[in-house]
Order: sequence, then structure tokens, then C-alpha cells
Amino acid sequence: MKSIADLEKIRQKTLSQVNLRRESEGIRVVVGMATCGIAAGARPVMNAFLDEVGKRNLLNVVVAQTGCIGMCRYEPIVEITMPGQDKVTYVKVKPEMAARIVSEHVVNGQPVAEYTIGAAE
Amino acid sequence: MNELSLYILDLTQNSVTAGAKNIRITVEFDPESDNLTIIIEDDGCGMDEALLERVTSPFTTTRKTRKVGLGIPMIKQLCEMCEGTFQIESTVNVGTKLKLLFRSSHVDLPPMGDLPETFVALINGTPEGIEFVLEYRKGQEVFIFDTREIRQVLEGVMLNTPDVLMWIREYISEGIREVNQVS
Repeated sequence: MKSIADLEKIRQKTLSQVNLRRESEGIRVVVGMATCGIAAGARPVMNAFLDEVGKRNLLNVVVAQTGCIGMCRYEPIVEITMPGQDKVTYVKVKPEMAARIVSEHVVNGQPVAEYTIGAAE
Repeated sequence: MNELSLYILDLTQNSVTAGAKNIRITVEFDPESDNLTIIIEDDGCGMDEALLERVTSPFTTTRKTRKVGLGIPMIKQLCEMCEGTFQIESTVNVGTKLKLLFRSSHVDLPPMGDLPETFVALINGTPEGIEFVLEYRKGQEVFIFDTREIRQVLEGVMLNTPDVLMWIREYISEGIREVNQVS
């Protein structure tokens, strides 16, 4: 069972890391979450990215959400921006792809070309 | 959309866009009357009568990029398909209340789906300073989740910290499971 005591532990752990989070450069994982994205399955995709980022304790990564990007047929869409690199747009993303995208792209800086919009078009 | 909780996520984002600070979501199964009621209430900017009148049209939207808005028309269609009703009340500068009623045994009614995941998406996707309440009822049993209580324990740690979000997901799952088991 999840208890309030667990939450207190999370607080302690997080507070000890706050400075680390602020000092490192930010990577943003942005999931399209408008009606079109939700209908195409964006919610489990976003949760999968949160899981990966949480599990790996990636303090410099923010999982954010945005509205409709205007390419509804490619939803769920995930955009990743890393400092000093061009934005990479992943299309028709499934929750199973999150682990690979996080390990290869977010952690190691190599975008997964086959999942990107360039490969889809 | 194939889960009611996805509709809830989509509709609640309207409350966020309306600048709401407090959003309350009530899900109530009444086994006796076979009714499922979902209420989404906010204290956002509300709508005037003119907008309220055309808000169920798929060609009504407040966004500037496109001329369609499908969230409300889709849920209205679903309510009516499931022998229920769709009601929306709104007052400018006071807030908006959506009341969705379904016959819970209707064959066309999608499952509730992953309500905890919907809350994670809502909390992660909204700026700090919006408080969410979930009231989940089945018969006599009730589970209430309130972000204010969580925030009190966290004392300044952000709700959108991945560990906190995962805790919230489990906490809501367990609360809902308990209500469903007892009743």
C-alpha cells in the first residue's frame, strides 16, 4: 500500500537532489496531448516516458505536455529538445518505444532515426 | 476514444485553459439506478450565454490555429448514445460545471480505463497552483484524492516530480480498487 509516509520519503530524496536538477542543462521531452493526441494514445506514452525518467533518475529531463501540433495524423507525437541540438520529432509513438528513445537519445544523444518524422514521411 | 478516463482528461484540459485554480472531478456509480455520473467542475473564466449555446458544435473552438473543436461534441454524442444526458452550466468569472450521465450497463459505454494515469497526465501537464480533487464513489463507498493534502506533505517539492507522480498513480489505483472491491 502507498502511504503518506512514502510520500515523506520522496520529499526527502527530492530535496537532496534539487540543486543537481537546477544546475544541469535541461532536456525537454514534450508529448502532444490535445484531443487528437489523447485519442491516438498519448496518455500511456507520456506515462511511459515519466516511468523511464523516474526509474533512471534523470534529474535534467523534464517531461512536458503541449496541445495540438497540427499533424494529427502522426499522433502520438513526442518532441525532444536537447541543448545545442536540433529538435527531434518522433511520430506514432507507442509506450514500448519510450525505453529505447530514452536510453539511445536522451541518455546517449543518438536519436532513434526509424521512429522520427523523417522516416515516416 | 476508448476509455472514459481519456474523455475526462480531454475535457479537464478545457478547465485548465479557462484558468481554473480548483478542479473537482466526481465519478459516481450507482448500482441501484444503473447510473454513472461524471461531474467536472472548475472555477475558471466561464462562458457567456452566446458561447455556451454553440459550445457543443464541432465548429466552435477558442483556439486560433484551427476552426474545429471536438472534445465537447464527442462526449455529448457518447452520453446520448448511452441513454444518458449531457449538461453544461457556466457563469462568466465563476466557473463551469459539466455533468455527464450514462446508463452504466449500456453496451456502447466504454470502460472507465486508467483514471490514475489521467490524473498523472493532468497534474504533470498543468502549472503548479492548480488543485485537483477526485471523488470516486460506488454505492456507499467513497475515495477522495486531493492535491492540497499531498502538497502539504511535500512542503515545496513539486507535484510533477516523477517519483511523486508515480506515487500518486499507485495511490489513486489502490483507492479506486478498494472502493470497487467493497461495493
